[in-house]
Amino acid sequence: MLDIVVPIKQVPDLVEELEIDPSGTALGLERTRFVVNELDDHALEQALLLKEKHQAQVSVIALDVGDVEETLFMALAKGVDQAIKISGDFGPAPDNHTTARVLKDVLGGLSHNLILTGVQAIDDLDGQLGILLSSYLDLPYVGLVSGVQIDEGGSKATVLKELPGGVKAELELPLPAVLGIQAAEQPPRYVPVSRVRQAMRTATIEERSAAAEGNGHIRVRRISKPQVGAGAELLEGSSEDIAEQIVGILADRGILR
Amino acid sequence: MSQDVFVLVEHLKGQLTDGTFELLGIGREVAPQAGGRLVALLLGRDVRGLAEQLGAADVVLYVEDERLGDSVPEAYRRVLAGLLQEQSPKLTLLPTSSLGMDLAGALSVELNLPMIAFCKQLAVQDGSIVATCELYGGRAVVEAEIPEGPGLALVLPGACPADKGRSEGAPAVEEVKPSVDLAEVRVRFKGLIEPPPGDVDITRQEILVSVGRGVQREENLPIVQELADALGAALSSSRPVVDQQWLPPTRQVGKSGMTVKPRLYLAVGISGAPEHVEGMRDSDLIVAINSDARAPIFNVAHYGAVADLFEVVPKLAEAVKNRGA
Amino acid sequence: MVQTASREARGPLTQAFFDRIAAVAEGEKLKACIQCGICSGSCPLGFAMQYPPRRLIASLRAGVMEQVLQSNTPWLCVACYTCTARCPSAVGITDMLFPAMREALLMQGVGVPGELQTALENTFRHGNPLGEPPSKRADWIQEVDVPVTDLSADPREVDILWLVECYPAYHVRAKETVKALARTLHALGADFGVLGQEERCVGDSQRLVGENGLFEMLVEENGKTLDRFQFRQIIVTDPHAYNALKNEYPKYGVNYPVQHYTQYLASRLEELRPMLGELNHTITFHDPCYLGRRNGEYEAPRQLIQAIPGVTFVEMERNRENGLCCGGGGGGMWLDSFAYEYAKERLSEKRVREAARTGADVMAVCCPNDLLRFEDAVKVVGLEGKLVVKDIIELIDEARKG
Ligand SMILES: Cc1cc2nc3c(=O)[nH]c(=O)nc-3n(C[C@H](O)[C@H](O)[C@H](O)COP(=O)(O)OP(=O)(O)OC[C@H]3O[C@@H](n4cnc5c(N)ncnc54)[C@H](O)[C@@H]3O)c2cc1C
Ligand code: SF4
Ligand code: SF4
Repeated sequence: MLDIVVPIKQVPDLVEELEIDPSGTALGLERTRFVVNELDDHALEQALLLKEKHQAQVSVIALDVGDVEETLFMALAKGVDQAIKISGDFGPAPDNHTTARVLKDVLGGLSHNLILTGVQAIDDLDGQLGILLSSYLDLPYVGLVSGVQIDEGGSKATVLKELPGGVKAELELPLPAVLGIQAAEQPPRYVPVSRVRQAMRTATIEERSAAAEGNGHIRVRRISKPQVGAGAELLEGSSEDIAEQIVGILADRGILR
Repeated sequence: MSQDVFVLVEHLKGQLTDGTFELLGIGREVAPQAGGRLVALLLGRDVRGLAEQLGAADVVLYVEDERLGDSVPEAYRRVLAGLLQEQSPKLTLLPTSSLGMDLAGALSVELNLPMIAFCKQLAVQDGSIVATCELYGGRAVVEAEIPEGPGLALVLPGACPADKGRSEGAPAVEEVKPSVDLAEVRVRFKGLIEPPPGDVDITRQEILVSVGRGVQREENLPIVQELADALGAALSSSRPVVDQQWLPPTRQVGKSGMTVKPRLYLAVGISGAPEHVEGMRDSDLIVAINSDARAPIFNVAHYGAVADLFEVVPKLAEAVKNRGA
Repeated sequence: MVQTASREARGPLTQAFFDRIAAVAEGEKLKACIQCGICSGSCPLGFAMQYPPRRLIASLRAGVMEQVLQSNTPWLCVACYTCTARCPSAVGITDMLFPAMREALLMQGVGVPGELQTALENTFRHGNPLGEPPSKRADWIQEVDVPVTDLSADPREVDILWLVECYPAYHVRAKETVKALARTLHALGADFGVLGQEERCVGDSQRLVGENGLFEMLVEENGKTLDRFQFRQIIVTDPHAYNALKNEYPKYGVNYPVQHYTQYLASRLEELRPMLGELNHTITFHDPCYLGRRNGEYEAPRQLIQAIPGVTFVEMERNRENGLCCGGGGGGMWLDSFAYEYAKERLSEKRVREAARTGADVMAVCCPNDLLRFEDAVKVVGLEGKLVVKDIIELIDEARKG
């Protein structure tokens, strides 16, 4: 039996302006709305596709931060078998080293032979969750994955890893393993609101608690918002001048080959 | 701990990547601040020859092994873990790439080294590693520190002009024999899959040159295609260009097309209607060329030129090619 | 996009569809169809549908729906109401049949076009299909030179609660109509307020696109919000919102007097008339489906246009109950590429050509979808400089200043 676990992370919804805490070293979280990390949604989709193909059991697990219940109910509405919310003293914005340790703790009591996470998130200051988790669990890891196949016996996975220039590497690794998903084999499915509401009425989210020790050992000195000018900076002069200026801008940003 | 700054050299099909030179460029600045040497780590199957191009480094350490030839980060990771353990540099720089992202977190845990990702700038100040990072899709700038070090940094592409990492120097080149057993690598390489010929996936492109109704006629498309080729970019477009069947529907950016986030979106003759902007506003860098100064594309672009595309685009293609030459 | 047909007669899709039909009161009415074919003949997109309405109903009655559900048909209807209005047996094609097919597809997650999915997710998350920040919903107030009461910041009793709706609140072009209406209401001395950040999408198109759960959620939320404010009546900028508040919300016990803005202004025409200066335009008018065909209001917009001195008013050949849809209804705004793939021409493009044929230099509209789609179509078919698309309220506003 294939047991897939999808750890999902909450990140601030960028549709609204980010707010900075008066301390200047953290986000102001009071009015922030959270959404599931976009690539975790791809990881979930990939898990559901594997479930349909292999009758796998899929569990989503998440730390109790942000608007996690809504995300977990949506996952239940999409058809996962189990949703677990983890509480603990990790605060409202644990870093990824902390999150990975907490997850390791919970995974100890949860059968798993494939762990799928989004390969990265917009708030990964101390590194990407999937690879950190794989190291704490001492499991093999491949990131930037956009295709997953499980062999008949459920003992190994063949994955496609994205390389620069549209090239993909085909890699094989034994299970259990952790994969960092870049894109599911099809776009994350839509879940109708009536399904979500039904899940809210009838399904349950399991609760576990776990200890958080240590952290990523980095210190945030300052968070600020980048200056955004109102509109474009206009380049002037003859066509040649304009061309030269654009080339200069691209070169400075390492965009030219 | 030494005061050295290590840089992982990345290469594809026998070529050093731009990212490598960007890291060397940063390393060149940071190593003196740390008070150590800049050391380039060159791993691969048959890579000794590439060392000549790493003139920016003080020392090149290279490791050659059959199993380092393929795209298996785990093999790299095992060698690097051993190397970093022995050499214990102050700071190790890795590129935010398919390879670097599969290494940094694992090394951080295995060697108990703090790491910082999404780095745009790096410095060593009073012995601490200080990074300026672009998080939250570029909506926040975070200044983070690893007090005292040592540490690891995942550096974003474009953090430094690659030219700063290209120089003529003659570093000491030393071979290192890995003290790890690569037979234990659990991930096995099976093969490379080239992108299918036929259409490109514009959501995966780093550079898009996007054309709008300003090109006027299908016969004019080659002018823009030439620029795209010079930049190594794909062509995308606004809806009218797809409606006219000048490009296939898979190239349409916007509300009823694709949402793209390339490193560069160069909008040529596109007015910037909200339905279009919805699909490209999160691009890292937006440059617009449009003859109408009031075109709303200039509200979302970072740089703009109010100019005739038929004049500027060929000049730009030429300038890009000249630079490459 | 459309999956290949399966050979199974009653797959899960078909089952979901029949369950839905059985659950709605009007489901029975499908049996009344006499297969006359008027619907298919009237449907502006029937030519592109693999199963135009009559054939669709024939399949349904034969109990073989799997192929129909997996064809292009369910997503091509733009809910223009022509078939329903003309059907001799009053079969609920627009309100019941198409939404039920779509709901089955959404429930099973089969072939839902990505552009539609995004709009639905945006509505669920942000309360508007555009994915704009809820906190910026009332930002347009800063851009207008008359006072507008934002009731979310300044709750007080008002005579008129104005539901601005999503495209008018956020879209740069559609925002112009909102500013014009604010100025005109102010000039009339109307006591009005808007809900600002507390306003959410009314949701009629989400209903027609088959996302009934989302629609019900919006009804509940909007019902609660409206309950907290004191006002005599609602006016709306968007005919789709008008339709929902008039015909659908009451089914859920949310019952308020509502007028489209053209109806409200027409009711105050005698006060408005003296304010209007001359405009020298030949104007034709496009009836929005959800003001006209669905709700029978043809006069109010025409009265407003004709009240402007200097205007020559001309009708298009197809007008009033025969007016051609812009293609944006029933989720058409979020299915643009899908529809274009099969129809190869947008209804909006056909319609602006019809408008141009009248010799008019202005095509007047009073629905935000119409404004956006026709303005776009004018460019696509090369009528720029010959035909200008304007909302009636923009004409009134200009005439008031002129
Ligand atoms: C429901 C709906 C969905 C839509 N979905 C999409 C979508 O997904 N994607 C999309 O792109 N659009 C979409 N549209 C259409 C959108 O509203 C615009 O009409 C479209 O984006 C305009 O394309 P454009 O900028 O190429 O053309 P235009 O708006 O005509 O702009 C052409 C520009 O070229 C400039 N120009 C002309 N000549 C030159 C020259 N010689 N040199 C430089 N500049 C020149 C002009 O100044 C002008 O700004 C949608 C519309 C609707 C109603
Ligand atoms: S118009 Fe009405 S009765 Fe005639 S075929 Fe269509 S649904 Fe049936
Ligand atoms: S509502 Fe309009 S588009 Fe839909 S089936 Fe009826 S006639 Fe056709």
